[in-house]
Amino acid sequence: MNNRLHNNQLYHLIMANVKELIREPGVLFWGTVFPILMSLGLGIAFMSKKDIVVNIAVIGKNHLVRTPGDSTSILRSFFENNGATLEKSKDGTLLRRFIVKDDKLGNTIFLFSDLTWTKAMVLLKRGNLNLVLDENMGKVQYHFDPKNPDAQLTYLKLSKILDDPVKSVVGAGEEIKPLTVSGTRYIDFLVPGLIAMGVMMSTIWGVSYTIIETRAKKLLRRMVATPMKRSNFLISLITVRMALNFVEASLLFLFAYAVFGITIQGNLPALIMLFVAGNIAFAGISIFSSSHTSKTEVGNGLINAISMPMMVLSGVFFSYHNFPDWSVPVIQLFPLTMLADGIRSIFIEGAGFTEVAMPLLILSGIGSLFFVTGLRIFKWH
Amino acid sequence: MNHTPVIEVKEVYKSFKTVQAIRGISLRIEQGQFVAILGPNGAGKTTLVEMIEGMQNPDKGEITIENRLWKGNELYLRRIIGLSLQETRFIDKLTVWETLRLFASFFAIGKDRCQEVIHLIGLEEKRKSYVVNLSGGQRQRLALGIALLNSPKILLLDEPTTGLDPNARREVWSILNKLKEQSLTSLILTTHYMEEAEQLCDYIVIIDHGKVLKEGTLNELLGDSQNDIPIKPVETRKITLDDLFISLTGRHLNE
Repeated sequence: MNNRLHNNQLYHLIMANVKELIREPGVLFWGTVFPILMSLGLGIAFMSKKDIVVNIAVIGKNHLVRTPGDSTSILRSFFENNGATLEKSKDGTLLRRFIVKDDKLGNTIFLFSDLTWTKAMVLLKRGNLNLVLDENMGKVQYHFDPKNPDAQLTYLKLSKILDDPVKSVVGAGEEIKPLTVSGTRYIDFLVPGLIAMGVMMSTIWGVSYTIIETRAKKLLRRMVATPMKRSNFLISLITVRMALNFVEASLLFLFAYAVFGITIQGNLPALIMLFVAGNIAFAGISIFSSSHTSKTEVGNGLINAISMPMMVLSGVFFSYHNFPDWSVPVIQLFPLTMLADGIRSIFIEGAGFTEVAMPLLILSGIGSLFFVTGLRIFKWH
Repeated sequence: MNHTPVIEVKEVYKSFKTVQAIRGISLRIEQGQFVAILGPNGAGKTTLVEMIEGMQNPDKGEITIENRLWKGNELYLRRIIGLSLQETRFIDKLTVWETLRLFASFFAIGKDRCQEVIHLIGLEEKRKSYVVNLSGGQRQRLALGIALLNSPKILLLDEPTTGLDPNARREVWSILNKLKEQSLTSLILTTHYMEEAEQLCDYIVIIDHGKVLKEGTLNELLGDSQNDIPIKPVETRKITLDDLFISLTGRHLNE
């Protein structure tokens, strides 16, 4: 039995793939360590309540400091009456610092700099300013890009404070009740997305690129000139990738569980089935995309063309509902979106087989379709 | 030597888009015969070998191996053919032994034969070395070893010593000469090197532009050509295969 196994071509092909993987430290780093580092970095970044610094330019003379004979200024009155400290920046620019303390949302530090319009525009273009203020006919005017969410938020906060400083600062946020229960934090959103992205990246690069490289090296042609079963070659590649994906996802989950207390609230067998379906989908896509070319440069381009749009659009790092409404139904058809949404629903919404049945079927269908089509046009030599 | 043809190529044609790579070539190779196919780059050598090994189908004509066509006999024929291609690179991070075991598994061959082959190709000391760390000559010997794993009845070698230094080339020849002594394997070898053809092969086929220009044993080829090749009156040397090649094609083999 043991001897039979040791002369078995599928066993040797699988072992060859495993050895190639574990002997290449880069593969293990990018596949296993990197997603963990990414979740650690992003998780910590979005979990800690650090101070938010808002840079604002104030145009026109004497809004920051009173000099003899000055006319009235709403902004100057606000600074003087609410304890905004007067400072000088490193380059000598005069500025006022006003801090809104908030132990729930984190402190907001407003830095008002005395700038000319030209200088303010330069800093705005560089992304160093959120907002530009001036006064006209006794009213404060706000200049900002209305499509910039940061600028919008600064405007809303600042206009509220300038209208009613006491109410805005003292006792602000009493009505806010921060949600800290598992499943509602950014890290809960992120980790399922990273698991789905890991499946896509590892499978597409691992299967597609390996096939193209094997073809470019003429090794594929050499192998098919023997009695090797062609299906065994593909099965070994996919099996090894699927096993590696499972290890990577498990490590990422264990890390997230230990550090961020993430749990799986839904059905575990459904999660495993969905995970397998995701692997099938991306394995099929990989076979299809690598079915013809023997140029690694073309392979690089193809793989990037497939994976990059999904990585950006499929809601791995932030919700795809931020994209225009017309694009959302299209984005929801992407395999990565289906996989990320499905895993997320099991992780944080407590979903089971019923809820993920459709993505599970569609992902398996996509994989099978691409696999069969890819094999039909597959260039073995 | 058994005179039954092991390989028969009958009036074969092959074109790629606008290029006619093979134009009516016929060959007959017997058991134990070592045949060299000589020709400059683009002569059609590789296409001819690819058709014999079943990777390309002829547009016209027929190729039989042991009286069998490729169609319907692929698995059997793959079991009796050994092959070494130009510039094949194996898996970098597998050792020599693991690479032999991998290819042996395709033929359901066990460790004992791998042991014989690693000894034959003289890579026992490199058994645990990764393929990526082998020299060009060692890689070529490994490629030859892989081709010999299944004790093939037919061995197809496509420029097996191209790019090797003279020592490495002689090591490959030595392995092939051992094989020749056993008279069990028929060899088709494409090469750029006249010396290789002279040293190893008992039959030489010169092709160019997809056609056979001349074929025969070395003595036949040189004997026939004695009066056809112009040698300067001051020269007293014998006619070589190189002279014959230049007279047939108008260029050197390496061009």
